[in-house]
Amino acid sequence: MATTNRPDSPDRETLVQMYEIQNKIKTTDERFRSMLTSGQIQLIYYSPRGQECISAGYAVHLRPDDYVVTIYRGLHDHLAKGVPMRELWAEFLGRSTGTCKGKGGPMHITHPESGLVVTTGIVGSGIPIANGFGLASQLAGTDQVTVVNFGDGASNIGAFHEGMNMAAVWKLPVIFVCQNNLYGEHTPMSMSTGVEYISERAAAYGMPGVTVNGNDPVAMWHAAGEAIARARAGEGPTLIEARTYRFYGHLMGDAMEYMPKEERKAAMAADPVPAFRAWLLENGHATEAQLAEIEDKIVAMVDDAVEFAMNSPEPSLDELYTDVYEEITK
Amino acid sequence: MTTTEPRIIPMGVALNEAMDIAMGLDEKVFLLGEDIAEPSGGVYKITKGLSTKYGTHRVRKTPISEAAIIGAAVGAAIAGYKPVAEIMIMDFIAVCLDQITNHAAKIRYMSGGQTTVPMVIRTSAGAGRQFGAQHSEMLEAWAVHTPGLKVVVPSNPADAKGLLISSIFDPDPVLFVEPMLMYWDPQYACDVPVGDNRIPLGKANIVREGKDVTVISYGKQVHDAVKAADILAAEGVSVEVIDLRTLVPLDEATVLASVSKTKRAVVVHEAVTRCGFGAELSSRIHEELFGTLSAPVARVGGQNTPVPYAKNLETAFVPQVADIVAAIKSLNK
Repeated sequence: MATTNRPDSPDRETLVQMYEIQNKIKTTDERFRSMLTSGQIQLIYYSPRGQECISAGYAVHLRPDDYVVTIYRGLHDHLAKGVPMRELWAEFLGRSTGTCKGKGGPMHITHPESGLVVTTGIVGSGIPIANGFGLASQLAGTDQVTVVNFGDGASNIGAFHEGMNMAAVWKLPVIFVCQNNLYGEHTPMSMSTGVEYISERAAAYGMPGVTVNGNDPVAMWHAAGEAIARARAGEGPTLIEARTYRFYGHLMGDAMEYMPKEERKAAMAADPVPAFRAWLLENGHATEAQLAEIEDKIVAMVDDAVEFAMNSPEPSLDELYTDVYEEITK
Repeated sequence: MTTTEPRIIPMGVALNEAMDIAMGLDEKVFLLGEDIAEPSGGVYKITKGLSTKYGTHRVRKTPISEAAIIGAAVGAAIAGYKPVAEIMIMDFIAVCLDQITNHAAKIRYMSGGQTTVPMVIRTSAGAGRQFGAQHSEMLEAWAVHTPGLKVVVPSNPADAKGLLISSIFDPDPVLFVEPMLMYWDPQYACDVPVGDNRIPLGKANIVREGKDVTVISYGKQVHDAVKAADILAAEGVSVEVIDLRTLVPLDEATVLASVSKTKRAVVVHEAVTRCGFGAELSSRIHEELFGTLSAPVARVGGQNTPVPYAKNLETAFVPQVADIVAAIKSLNK
């Protein structure tokens, strides 16, 4: 059982809300993968399966006007922050009804109304940009916070160093969430990273750093809650290293030769989403009927989104030239 | 009344005035960059006094972290601010190019127009002070080759001021290239109107009218083009000089109208000639006017080498007035 029992656990409503987010991510991911493997759709796909609890754990602390920045493996963050299912599917499928009119694609999902402001395809690059959102909140004197998500691989790129340092110097309201799934593309962390815990690096910048079991929803909820509260109070940034596992490799179609079979098997056997479901039931936080109803609702939501996206038109060809500048510019 | 008297100031002061005016008009405008606050006011003193006037929260001294500087500007711009980021020297663009080309330039497009990045990157550029290969380059072609960026290169203080205010209030990211040698040199000072006198992006300036040859340039080389025109005027050749002011947007109409008239063109810039902006301009003129030209378009640019240190080599790298004169004469053979 991965979920911690603590007397100061979140209330029932929050626990169920976290499960709902996790299930939404899992169900959406399963549909994408089944449609990809059956050849119904074709797209570049980075499965977030296995990392659901991290996004759910921070997202329930956020307001719609808080900002989230994420990366190409970002579907879980998109759904957790509330990007609508229909527009999300349509964008993945390159349709005019997508969040970005089909012009961004899976690696660039943007939905400012939900606060999902940047999805970047460049490892580590979201970190300096998140500081800009934090700076905007600080200059405006609001208590908005920014959560920026990235992987363990990103902690080895220069943008991480520059961004973490600037956030600490300026005490920016930014929460750095390193979703450590133990692999940067096809290379295990042990072969790319000189420290055992990425959170150790926070000390080098003068900010708090914590490692948490990212597959434990309650532990993740606590770590995120503390960091978000600190940022809202103007007390500066935090680095959260959330340890997790990536079930389906770097990219859909990845042969995963570099991931030991036993390791992957064990991680999948400990799948955090059904584990959390069982914990909720065992501890009386939810009933079977309640969770089944949520799950059915999500399946219906995904069915609806798939139909919506599949039946949506591609963007018109003149969209090629718009949105380069405010006005079409030579 | 003194309002009609000329006010001769250098580009460094004109740029400072532009930022002062923009910050006074809109509290969303803020500056960030290395050393830009007091007491230094920037290594070139371009932001002198502004942190005292507007506070260090709006004139922000940063770590030496160019990717963090541009990244912070990108995020703040998306969130509704109008950041003006200073990259001390243009060669340093190389260490933050990801933020410029992958993010500032593409975010409007990738988001389908939902998020925009109204920011300015000011940077000093150009050879002539023996700063060597990593502190002297003109890299505007990199930015011109990146859809989503606008590119401005002023040639005089009045234009620098008017173009910078326009750039700060422009809805798109602008790379604003300031010819380093022109900041404080009195020979480049000129009359600069007081107040908010904006110059729109995308409007070239016909600096000198002529009928035999068109010389198209921008930045410091505009002055060399005018000197070449003076020399040739004495020999009976009438040279029209166009200052592009902005490379993106490009005022192609003014260029093509002029070359349609003169039927000869020389493009001049300090940047390395190979794949420089002159190559694009020459190509566009040929595509539009090939049948009517009296001679192929000539290019005058920097040598295809890094910028050397030794004074004689540095001078040999940079295109000179004599090179422009020779290029114009070659068209008249």
